Amino acid sequence: MKPWLVVTVVGVVTGCCKAAGPVLLGGRTLGGTASRVVALIAPVMLAALVVTQTVGGDRALVLDARRRGGGRTAAAPSVKVSA
Amino acid sequence: MEPEAGLRDGVRAALPIALGPLLFGVSFGLLARGAGIGSVTAIAFSATTFAGAAQFAAVSVLGAGGSVAAAVLLNARYAPMSVAAAGAFRGGLLRRLVDAQLLVDESWALARRDGRFRREILLGAGVLLYVLWIGGTVVGTVVGNSLGSPSDYGLDAAFAALFLGLARPTLVGRRAVTAAVVAAAVVVVLLPFTPPGVPIVAASAACLFGLVR
Repeated sequence: MKPWLVVTVVGVVTGCCKAAGPVLLGGRTLGGTASRVVALIAPVMLAALVVTQTVGGDRALVLDARRRGGGRTAAAPSVKVSA
Repeated sequence: MEPEAGLRDGVRAALPIALGPLLFGVSFGLLARGAGIGSVTAIAFSATTFAGAAQFAAVSVLGAGGSVAAAVLLNARYAPMSVAAAGAFRGGLLRRLVDAQLLVDESWALARRDGRFRREILLGAGVLLYVLWIGGTVVGTVVGNSLGSPSDYGLDAAFAALFLGLARPTLVGRRAVTAAVVAAAVVVVLLPFTPPGVPIVAASAACLFGLVR
């Protein structure tokens, strides 16, 4: 894909996702069950991102020693656990 | 509280984490150059999208010739996040639309105080992070060759630490911990078999633990 097309598509979709709540709900807040579901979005998404960044490879689980050490350890060989 | 003072509170709240977005902005600029994206395009990308993870995914897609679906899927999380913070936005439709673009993981997390989202924190932090993200992108694209690859500095390995730092304060209570563990397990199971982005979206189903009283 052309870079400008990717920039446009990702930009428009991102803008729509970010605006979904404020535009559709306005200043209203969710209550009850919906609010409990929404409250879990942060821990769920962030946990998923942590795992993805720690062991995520190209359709593989890749254990990178630098990531285990939070980036403190210098370059180390990657171990491919599963293809 | 005066609006200006409120925004300053948001800027101050984001200062302790300011170095991260700046360095990741530099990292993004460097990777964009490596993927053959021009400086203007990379800077425009940061200015119009302002979403780190998805931008990195898009750059990797451009470098590998894959689909842009991963970047789109990564940003799908902003829809429920913006729903959660909807009560913090005020004004007319256009104002809410524009203000919402300052919603990123960090500003969203910082703005959550006592179970509610504070508008001035979200916007103030968002403005600072936006400036740093674009500034970092400019530095990365303009002086990229002299700086080398992000992996030389371990920047590529620092994402996990960044997200872990943001996740820890959200893991309050058994329900949140259970949902997070399940989400992590879903990602581990799906990573070897699905395109990038799919495991994260699938993991979002763990939010349904909120249906349980």
